[in-house]
Amino acid sequence: MAPDSLDSVRPVRSSRSVPADRPRPGVLNGLSHAALAVWALLIVAPLLWTFLASFKSNTEIFGDALQLPGELRLDAWGRAWGKAHVGRYLANTAVVVAFSTFGTMLFGSMAAYVLARYRFPGSRVIYYYFTAGMAFPVFLALGPLFFVVKRVGLLYTHTGVVLVYIAYSLPFTIFFLAAFFRTLPESVAEAARIDGASHTRTFFQIMLPMARPGLVSITIFNVLGQWNQYLLPLVLLARDEKDWVITQGIANISTLAGYEADWPGLFAAVCMAILPVLVVYVVFQRQIQSGLGAGALK
Amino acid sequence: MERWRTYGFVAGFLAVPMVLYTVFVISPYAQAFQISLTDWNGVSARLHYVGLDNFGRLLGDEVFWRALRNHGILLLVLPIATIVIALFFAFLLNLGGGARGPGMAGVRGSAFYRVVFFFPQVLAVAVVGVLFKAVYRPDESGVINGALIRLGLEPVGWLIEPDLALWAIIAVMVWQAVGFYVVLFSAGMAAIPKDYFEAAALDGAGRVRLFFSITLPLLRDTVQVGWVYLGIAAFDGFALIQVLAGDKGEPDGATTVLPIEIWKNAFSYSKVGYASAMGVALFFLTVTFAVLTLRTTRRERIDL
Repeated sequence: MAPDSLDSVRPVRSSRSVPADRPRPGVLNGLSHAALAVWALLIVAPLLWTFLASFKSNTEIFGDALQLPGELRLDAWGRAWGKAHVGRYLANTAVVVAFSTFGTMLFGSMAAYVLARYRFPGSRVIYYYFTAGMAFPVFLALGPLFFVVKRVGLLYTHTGVVLVYIAYSLPFTIFFLAAFFRTLPESVAEAARIDGASHTRTFFQIMLPMARPGLVSITIFNVLGQWNQYLLPLVLLARDEKDWVITQGIANISTLAGYEADWPGLFAAVCMAILPVLVVYVVFQRQIQSGLGAGALK
Repeated sequence: MERWRTYGFVAGFLAVPMVLYTVFVISPYAQAFQISLTDWNGVSARLHYVGLDNFGRLLGDEVFWRALRNHGILLLVLPIATIVIALFFAFLLNLGGGARGPGMAGVRGSAFYRVVFFFPQVLAVAVVGVLFKAVYRPDESGVINGALIRLGLEPVGWLIEPDLALWAIIAVMVWQAVGFYVVLFSAGMAAIPKDYFEAAALDGAGRVRLFFSITLPLLRDTVQVGWVYLGIAAFDGFALIQVLAGDKGEPDGATTVLPIEIWKNAFSYSKVGYASAMGVALFFLTVTFAVLTLRTTRRERIDL
């Protein structure tokens, strides 16, 4: 809309509009920017404070909170990495999440594909059986889950955690991907079938590549969700400290910091837990935002 | 023949997910209902059924009611605060710039704000808990109190005062959640045809009017989805409260919620039967909330 045509229209219509309804743009603009800037500050401030605190000494941490560290001490980072085993927690988490996300995507997409595109007796029932899992609070299952995993002999193992993560991620993954597979055109699969491709081959070589945008969104969603999982490992990996994932480690270091009086070490550990997530987030933020937004609206 | 091959394929694809899901998700849930009728301690080999005794005890348990009260507060405050703030920011970021160029635009710097606002969402709740423990420290070493003292004010015991602790924790939940709902509502706003706003702006409607007369009514479904998510989140809160307020929901149980009590009973007191009864209560509360919200807020859709 060119400015001059807008001016030429406005006088005719202004009789119907309520002029008081229109606030002065200058004031409103200023207020909007102030509100946005304040919220951004509220988010950045605790993160920045934690980062700075990792360079402080214990005395400085218990002194004035708004003081900068007196000198750049890097020893807390060394202690967090070595003595507090943050490196090991991160490595454990990376291994667990790599396998569990891969498994979730493989089994979730297989089930979603079959449920979305094949008619067979009981397909609706199985679909609801899976998606009903979204409505259950994990807490209801927690106690019995501990004993189920114990009985199959996978308690306190990473394999057990991977399988449990996959199982608990299936409802939303299947729900999301089934909706996605339903939107793909039938003609391509039909053509592949006429060319003699088997069902399995059609799925892996044709349908999966076509579903790529949906797969990317839900993969990122699962990586973040499983990386940040706290409750399930708390129950399933409780015994051996060397098996812990990062969230358990951080919670534990937080408790220990009180006894051992190593507060800079705690904040260095927290920074180490945040940094990889920050990098992944900055690189993929566009996909993360569009994926989560679209996923939630489906 | 072809038909059987198809069935074989379907069964092959469903087998592993079905087994995993049944063993690790469905069977624990089913057992939880069963165990809630027993006095099982997690060790004994045989289940001893006590009927509905656990539920009877639940009704007389003061801690249970305190947890419920806290869920009630969460259920009211968390969705309202998060949705209001997120709607406000989403509007500013998407349409707040007024009619600029072709169609509506957000204020300057929208992309930057969007990236920053969403970031807390990708942080682990355990990490967020540690961050805010430092923010809320009761003396000058706390980030907020340090600032208050600079301004010549008295420091506040954010997590120590029984009347304040829950609100301090809710503020952290809102802090973390707002970014996600900004993105959610932005996606909803992007789906509203631009000419609606152009036509209204042409008629002299200001931004406030645009928000209440066009954006909000057309965003109804999205807001409803957000409300259900936040409501379900209000029945959880375990990780944050455990890190910020400890296993007992300090101070003195003022911040306790059902998941904390379930955890305590099952793994510290070995009262697995009683914990399962709480779990069943939590399950019915969550489902009732979700169904009621979807029922009562359903209305004729506005078709675009």
